[in-house]
Amino acid sequence: MMKTLLIASLALAFGQAHAAPIAMEDQSQLKVPPASKTPFFVPPSEKELPDNAYGKMIRDGYALFVDTKRLAPKYVGNGLNCSNCHIDQGRLAHSAPLWGAYPMYPAYRKKNDKVNTFAERLQGCFQFSMNGTPPAADSPEITALSVYAYWLASKAPIGVEPAGRGYPDVNPPAGGYDLKRGAEVFQAQCALCHGGNGEGQKVGADYVMPPLWGKDSYNWGAGMHRINTAASFIKYNMPLGKPGSLSDQQAWDVAAFVNSHERPQDPRLVDGSVEKTRVKFHANDGVNLYGQTVGGVLIGQGTGK
Amino acid sequence: MIPLNRVLMSSLLLFSLPSAHAAEGQKVFSQGGQNPAAMACMSCHGPDGLGMAAAGFPRLAGLSAGYLSKQLADFRSGSRKNPIMEPLAKALSDDEVSAVTAWLAAMPAPAAPDLHRQQMASDPTQALALYGDWSRQIPGCVQCHGPGGSGVGEHFPPLAHQPAAYLVAQLNAWRDGSRSNDPNQMMAGVAKAMSEDEVKAVAAYFANGATQGGK
Repeated sequence: MMKTLLIASLALAFGQAHAAPIAMEDQSQLKVPPASKTPFFVPPSEKELPDNAYGKMIRDGYALFVDTKRLAPKYVGNGLNCSNCHIDQGRLAHSAPLWGAYPMYPAYRKKNDKVNTFAERLQGCFQFSMNGTPPAADSPEITALSVYAYWLASKAPIGVEPAGRGYPDVNPPAGGYDLKRGAEVFQAQCALCHGGNGEGQKVGADYVMPPLWGKDSYNWGAGMHRINTAASFIKYNMPLGKPGSLSDQQAWDVAAFVNSHERPQDPRLVDGSVEKTRVKFHANDGVNLYGQTVGGVLIGQGTGK
Repeated sequence: MIPLNRVLMSSLLLFSLPSAHAAEGQKVFSQGGQNPAAMACMSCHGPDGLGMAAAGFPRLAGLSAGYLSKQLADFRSGSRKNPIMEPLAKALSDDEVSAVTAWLAAMPAPAAPDLHRQQMASDPTQALALYGDWSRQIPGCVQCHGPGGSGVGEHFPPLAHQPAAYLVAQLNAWRDGSRSNDPNQMMAGVAKAMSEDEVKAVAAYFANGATQGGK
């Protein structure tokens, strides 16, 4: 009797954990200006930081942005930092700079007829890219990160897509992508830093080079799980210090290879079913392999705990 | 059931092999290899393996065995140039290379400062070391070489406590193309984008333990 009760309450707690509201359910992309538009916006320099409460909060936001896993372990479920996908501390054009994101919110998404605030966007990052638990919208963490983003966007026009925002689209290659070719690109260009199995590299407890798949990487709900998004990020940012060195074909091939590996489950998982989750969230979300079968193996089963 | 004598033998092997290996490594380091042309490492790199700052001879203590073996292999093949190290590397046997690099990797070295990403740069040299300069496609040194220049894995050697003269010489060798054994030409691109003054400043920053200017 006791045991049944325990199991029942455990199941309830588990069920509740899964039913927790997801701040930004729709992770689909906003439109991104083409790479042909030359970025001109210059974010302010750290030297200009005021020595007051505003300056201090910007510094707090900066620290959280570049050292997320270590400073906000409660909210980060994997080994990543914001700055892993937003190069140069959220400053670099074509690397989803914060100065390009902040002025675009609140953003309306037609698909679910919802307005998302910048705080909700940040919560989405914690939930999916960091595979964690989002801090509350009015928490010190979200506030500091928002202030850091606001400061980087100083003097940027509001509601106007600045050139350099997001990761520019890379046209899908005419012949599609190829996982085997992607594996070759990975071994030649990525493995040196990210490891032969995408496991990243650590010094002490902290990753220096981020893991690209497995339990410490972004989950199946993160924007980066889309092959088109990863191809855009890679083409314009990787290998570090050599942006644009891969062809469009190589960027797509290696993005598909990386995103064909297992990673933590999509927290929006519907009724425990990969197929239902695929239909609801992945079928119309760019190019991705979630819920598809490759080489006889169902992709999207997650890495477990 | 595994017979006792086999258990004994395998455990003996387990304990005796590495120590023989270590003894050989120590011998190569302090006395040199079998071939007299394979001079003792410590005569130039110092009895503590921390290099000789005045002469610009690099620190070897605490560098990964993988990195050191690659450099010795490159000196042997001539893909890394150095009039002293090329003949010396050729005179070492494969076993000696494996033993001495394992020994060197295990030698104690001053720890890199316990720095984290949250640290903000307070001068242009530190900014280059921590953030790089993306207008010239230069990543921050620590992004690959680890926090405080600690070194990362097999491919990214420590910069912390490496003599400044050595770091300057290597950066300049990449700049003028006389060193080119970096995987995927990662260093060549970075070094060529740096100015002469930046090379000197950033080398001094890491030689001094990556602490100047930072808190």
